[in-house]
Amino acid sequence: MARPVTTAAPTRARRILTPLVTILALLAIWQAVVAVGLVPNFLLPTPVQVVQALVEDAPLLASHLVTTLAEAAAGLAVGVALGFVFAVLMDRFEGFYLAFEPLMTISQTIPTVAIAPLLVLWLGYGALPKIVLVIISTFFPITVSLASGFRSVDPDVVDLMRTMNASRWQIFWYAKLPAATEQFFSGLKISATYAIVGAVIAEWLGGNEGLGVYMTRVRKSFSYDRMFAAIIVISALSLALMKLVELVQRACMPWKRAERNNNER
Amino acid sequence: MGAGEKNEPPVAVGAQATPALAAEGLTLSWDGEHVVVRDVDVTVAPGEVCCLVGRSGCGKTTILHALAGLTTPMAGRILLHGEDVTGRPGRVSYMLQKDLLLPSRRIIDNVCLPLVIAGMKRAEARGKAAPLFERFGLAGCEHKWPCELSGGMRQRAAFLRTYLMGADVTLLDEPFSALDALTRVDVRRWFVDVVAELGLSALVITHDVDEAVSMASRIYVLSGAPAAGEPSHVAGIVSVDRVASESFELTDEYLAAKRQVMALLG
Repeated sequence: MARPVTTAAPTRARRILTPLVTILALLAIWQAVVAVGLVPNFLLPTPVQVVQALVEDAPLLASHLVTTLAEAAAGLAVGVALGFVFAVLMDRFEGFYLAFEPLMTISQTIPTVAIAPLLVLWLGYGALPKIVLVIISTFFPITVSLASGFRSVDPDVVDLMRTMNASRWQIFWYAKLPAATEQFFSGLKISATYAIVGAVIAEWLGGNEGLGVYMTRVRKSFSYDRMFAAIIVISALSLALMKLVELVQRACMPWKRAERNNNER
Repeated sequence: MGAGEKNEPPVAVGAQATPALAAEGLTLSWDGEHVVVRDVDVTVAPGEVCCLVGRSGCGKTTILHALAGLTTPMAGRILLHGEDVTGRPGRVSYMLQKDLLLPSRRIIDNVCLPLVIAGMKRAEARGKAAPLFERFGLAGCEHKWPCELSGGMRQRAAFLRTYLMGADVTLLDEPFSALDALTRVDVRRWFVDVVAELGLSALVITHDVDEAVSMASRIYVLSGAPAAGEPSHVAGIVSVDRVASESFELTDEYLAAKRQVMALLG
């Protein structure tokens, strides 16, 4: 066969190896910079020290991680449920949409870090302010993505279903909801990472357990290697959650795989 | 060539019987002020395929929506087998150029949608639809996703769904004009056969003169320019001599009808 004219997509091995090598190279530079003494070790731990701290503190980190994960999951669940209800109302009632759409956009610009101290002040040092912060930060991406997903339905499909005498509920269930799945999952992916970050930020400001609490403690004792260890755990957790959302999405949208296969052909 | 050798008796049969679909004095508007279509009369006899042809922007879709009962006309009424169905959706089935298959449902479930919406259990609906796949040229596609089918197959699926809406009168809006040329010819011929076989009546609304002549036994030519304040009206009716020929599209009868339609379109 002749050489293909178009540039072929990079192979799987190349897609994985290239970024991996980049990361390893950066870590090596980091290690070297500290080892040579360009940056003093008390300010910046080496990657090797970070891994050591991670291993040493693994049991402790794991117990804090469970707390953070529980807060994030609870907040995310409530945030998704609330967002769903809001999006459905916005879709169903024009007035509701007009009333809340600008408010949604504005509220998205409020940084979570700014309201976290207030929540701690109002709700105390328990799990509640953390969960509330997670709800606040996940609710909006979910609502916005769902609402615009519902609106993305082809009006001709709605007309067609009307000629089938479909009820409003049937139009929602068979046409609007499936039309919104893709955008919903994009929103959910963002929300999942917001949930972890939100929980950690709320924990910084007070509490007895959680990765944020751990970070505050090790910072106060100048154990920066442990700081980095916590950062790694948070990153890994966020990545794992995003992957989980992706898996759920795949299970919920089996037709996407067929569409992808079609495009590759 | 066997010209006119086997003329179907198209109009005569249904002429005195109650038409399957009749629009009487249909006057339509987009916004209740500007008249888009004035005083349009259309009848489709039982078992007949008619076409309404007009230039883009002449108000074809407005007529379609009114006939489907999605909108209420300013004046005039729509009769289905003599029963007034003006402004009542769900009495005639309709199909657009876009197949409107839901990407999230397998072909069989797309096709079953009208049955499921009418309250039938999924398994029962599937059981009712499955035997029809063969006749609609869709055998083996039952469990495929819409994206896995070609344009022609998707339109067949859309037509099967339309058929399962259970109405014996079907409205079609430029149903096959988006397909590639060869597929288009095949699918149109197949469509005319299936309609005859199932005893349906169809009104095809299109801007494509070839589509009209190759499918219809009678063509209503719509002319006017609603955008310029001149409502559309029926400028004439062209009867098509549907000679039985392998390539009807190349016969003199076909060209004669096409010429007449184009003359009326102006």
